[in-house]
Amino acid sequence: MSIRERLSGNEASAIAMKQINPDVVAAFPITPSTEIPQYFSTFVSNGQVDTEFIAVESEHSAMSSCIGAEAAGARAMTATSSNGLSYMWEMLYIASGSRLPIVLSLVNRAVSGPLNIHNDHSDAMGVRDAGWIMLFSENNQEAYDNLIMAHQIAENSNVMLPLMVCQDGFITSHSIENIELIEDDKVKEFVGTYKPEHYLLNPNEQIAVGPMDLQAYLFEHKYQQAEAMRNAKKVILDVADKFEKMTGRKYGFFEEYKLDDAEIAIVCMNSTAGTTKAVVDDLRAKGIKAGLLKLRVYRPFPVEEISKALSHLKAVAILDKTDSVNAAGGPLFEDVTSALYTQNVHIPAVNYVYGIGGRDTTTKDISKVFEDLQAIVADNSKIDNPYRYLGVRI
Amino acid sequence: MAKMHIDKSTPASEITKGGTIYQAGNAVEFKTGDWRSMCPVWIEEKCKQCGLCFPVCPDDAIPVNKETLNREDFNYDYCKGCGICSKACPFGAIEMREGGKI
Repeated sequence: MSIRERLSGNEASAIAMKQINPDVVAAFPITPSTEIPQYFSTFVSNGQVDTEFIAVESEHSAMSSCIGAEAAGARAMTATSSNGLSYMWEMLYIASGSRLPIVLSLVNRAVSGPLNIHNDHSDAMGVRDAGWIMLFSENNQEAYDNLIMAHQIAENSNVMLPLMVCQDGFITSHSIENIELIEDDKVKEFVGTYKPEHYLLNPNEQIAVGPMDLQAYLFEHKYQQAEAMRNAKKVILDVADKFEKMTGRKYGFFEEYKLDDAEIAIVCMNSTAGTTKAVVDDLRAKGIKAGLLKLRVYRPFPVEEISKALSHLKAVAILDKTDSVNAAGGPLFEDVTSALYTQNVHIPAVNYVYGIGGRDTTTKDISKVFEDLQAIVADNSKIDNPYRYLGVRI
Repeated sequence: MAKMHIDKSTPASEITKGGTIYQAGNAVEFKTGDWRSMCPVWIEEKCKQCGLCFPVCPDDAIPVNKETLNREDFNYDYCKGCGICSKACPFGAIEMREGGKI
């Protein structure tokens, strides 16, 4: 029997890490993810895990320590937010380029400046090309489940890429919700033991990790990484199947909420999906065919699948919780519309930048988006400006 | 692990993940001599075999005969043309010439 609990997103993530019992955790505190290493260090002090906890002096060192540990043959994890992730930036590429399946719990927060400690996705979106698998979580349950699935995906020999699990700062990380935990022994069996093929502490094989890689070789190594990211798609689904057999909870690249017969829909990630579901239910009660596509797997980006799932819509709104400040729309909008274009799916699409710096996004805001979509459909799909804002004072 | 050979024609499908090198002591396969833009030339008749040049070579590019203990001609596979040996030579027996070739 699974364990019913009530936990915040941070507590749920720390408990997932406790059950995974990694060899090394190296982390530096930063709001709003501070509680993850804080809770975890108590598990270490209480002897509930065997982990070597490294209290580093910066996030750059946190990721560097994880890289060293992982290259040595250990399973390494960390947690961070916002500028902490920015400070890791250089090392994130070294982790993925050296094919080290480190797992990071990212509690999304606005990247300064001006200084803001609240939620948006500018931190995650700043590293979207760093070669990390990126999973997004609507609530504490998904943040927990995604972490439990993380190592099986990242460490697969056809993948060998680092992975980050995202959840919304404060909204998810500090809100206490009901959750179903998996028993310790089941997690242990599911996650298994990390058995790397090549590692630095193997006395029988002297290897060099991260050597000079000039014109004749780097291109091939980057191609291998891209191939691994493509391979990750199948592995993510296989692991989700295995997870469903254990827990009954189903995961895919995305969740389709009343999308089958929808005429208008929203695409978004993380906690806003919960708000959108409430609005979709309201609209459905009024006979309006509204739907939601909640993206879970942002990297690798499921181009064919997402295009197919949206292809029947009369209009779609893609919500970005970050502004690319590029006069051309947010990253999720660009990825979704690029996918639609290459898959020859032509549906009216608009972008909304919303929720920046923790600006509250209510059901009223989401209702406004659906009203706009209805107006687009009523007006023969005419879109004057696809690059829109939600909830900003202009 | 079997000895592997990776060179400029190896496709991505056969190259090691992340560039990891599985065999120790293979720096010898990396011929750094093609970085050279100045080239030392050993003038054997001026050389007194004093032994001052080879200890200062940062790359072991001046081979020494194990029996006679005399130096031999440069190993241009690894000489990067830094010119330290030429500066160290008291007899003008090492001339630096423009270009990577002798």
